[in-house]
Amino acid sequence: MTAILSLRGVTKQYASGHKALGSIDLDVEEGEIFALLGPNGAGKTTLISIICGIVRASGGTVLVAGHDIERDYRQTRSTIGLVPQELTTDQFERVIDTVKFSRGLFGKPRNDAHIEKVLRDLSLWDKRNAKLQELSGGMKRRVMIAKALAHEPRLLFLDEPTAGVDVELRRDMWALVRQLRESGATIILTTHYIEEAEDMADRVGVISGGELILVEDKATLMKKLGKKTLRITLNEALVTVPAELSDWSVTLEGDGMELEYVFDSQAERTGISGLLGRLGTLGIGYKDLNTKESSLEDIFVDLVHKPAARAERVA
Amino acid sequence: MSGLNLHAIRAIYLFELHRFQRTLMTGLLVPALTTTLYFVVFGSAIGSRMTEIDGIAYGAFIVPGLIMLSMFTESIFNASFGIYMPKYSGTIYELLSAPVSALETIIAYVGAAATKSMIVGLVILATAHLFVDLPIAHPVAMLLFMLVIAISFCLFGFILGIWAQSFEQLQVIPLLVVMPMTFLGGAFYSIHMLPEPWRTATMFNPVVYLISGFRWTFFGKGDVAMGVSVAFVSGMLVVCLAVIAWMFKTGYRLKK
Ligand SMILES: Nc1ncnc2c1ncn2[C@@H]1O[C@H](COP(=O)(O)OP(=O)(O)OP(=O)(O)O)[C@@H](O)[C@H]1O
Ligand SMILES: [Mg+2]
Repeated sequence: MTAILSLRGVTKQYASGHKALGSIDLDVEEGEIFALLGPNGAGKTTLISIICGIVRASGGTVLVAGHDIERDYRQTRSTIGLVPQELTTDQFERVIDTVKFSRGLFGKPRNDAHIEKVLRDLSLWDKRNAKLQELSGGMKRRVMIAKALAHEPRLLFLDEPTAGVDVELRRDMWALVRQLRESGATIILTTHYIEEAEDMADRVGVISGGELILVEDKATLMKKLGKKTLRITLNEALVTVPAELSDWSVTLEGDGMELEYVFDSQAERTGISGLLGRLGTLGIGYKDLNTKESSLEDIFVDLVHKPAARAERVA
Repeated sequence: MSGLNLHAIRAIYLFELHRFQRTLMTGLLVPALTTTLYFVVFGSAIGSRMTEIDGIAYGAFIVPGLIMLSMFTESIFNASFGIYMPKYSGTIYELLSAPVSALETIIAYVGAAATKSMIVGLVILATAHLFVDLPIAHPVAMLLFMLVIAISFCLFGFILGIWAQSFEQLQVIPLLVVMPMTFLGGAFYSIHMLPEPWRTATMFNPVVYLISGFRWTFFGKGDVAMGVSVAFVSGMLVVCLAVIAWMFKTGYRLKK
């Protein structure tokens, strides 16, 4: 596989002096869906804006399909489609005109069939003659997606595409994203909804404070970091964890009424049956058991807020 | 991809013309009405008491100045608005992320604004024809001159639109600088009518050379030699092009 996007040492310091990006290295393979996660102000939009040519990088190089974004900007930019985070539209234009405009702007000859397909895919065909100012926010968001797809990009950026969007549009949008991927396009999206990344992405990158702190195959990430917690609710409170349980790094919680055991759900032997057996021989009774899987969200919050946990997990 | 991104030039040009079209009626009525008012006031009321200037009836004499005045303000206004609005509304993201060069951007935006200026200039010329006998000594030169003026001032307006960070800044230059310079630049009188030291002071006003040159294309004579006027117009064109080239090269006020 070849990298459609390749970043090396990309940095950005805004004129205000604010350092928005540390030094970003990243490769994205053609045909994958890559999710960029990170809290507000992490630098997601800045990174995307640099790749698309809206913001100038302070340092580093960006290659799109092997072309430098500065030197070969024509090739790189016609490869890219961008749906920006903010809704900005020409209020007085008609939907179909603004979408056709985008196609022309990106150097493509007129193609009414393609424009119609894009508008239909986004359920905008009925609204094609409406002025943008007559549309709701969610419909404007669709128009922005239609504009980005008008020139048939191979690399599509969706910067928080589901912010302020209802469930139906979100579902349509993901269906469209999957369809695009099937046609060979690469999609890079940012989102705050971790379930979305979990659902959609092949790989996940976590950015925080302008640093890319983790890039991982989603499946591997879930596997590597997918710990489960077994919670045992006891009949009677314990004061300390009995020495006989030291093989299982158990902790005592909830005023001594609960034992917590963290185990690797992917491992061959989870140690659960052994632990329960030992509890039986020790005569410790319990009335309830439950297990909880850590989601991408837990992992994410962990990474961003606990530098120590981060070091440990990445290691 | 080879050569210019013609599809993009066409898209922007038509988008801009479409923007003008939405306000077509006012866009054309205003210059026609203004011209009529000028003729009623200056041509008939005052003009009837004025002697000929340089052997030209006063009503006819003011026509070139009138056209220039409207074309200056229209050009600056339309071109600056064309690029300022996307900056203001945020839609500029699309232009910045498109495979469009600085040259293509300028050809499209300035071309569209200049097209509108030419239309306005011709509407005024046609309106004036209804009021006065207007000989045009060098019609081809006149059209060329109009065109170069339209392009130069649209380039200037484009620079202004990129520079401006508020609607106020957008209006300051046309209203506080260009308009007074035009009035003082011999739009409605011959600078030979001015006493010293004003006459010498006026020679530092570049607009004098533009209006004089344009008047020459009508009557075969102006306040200054035609060659000097042509040099001024070309100079302005070159300076504006250089400033724009620099702006795009550095991403001045367009890219963060
Ligand atoms: N034009 C600018 N000038 C100065 N600082 C800026 C500018 N744009 C963004 N920043 C700063 O750069 C940092 C990164 O911003 P960015 O918009 O890239 O974050 P983000 O990850 O997209 O956040 P969000 O999730 O809120 O969209 C922030 O601290 C922001 O304040
Ligand atoms: Mg953002």
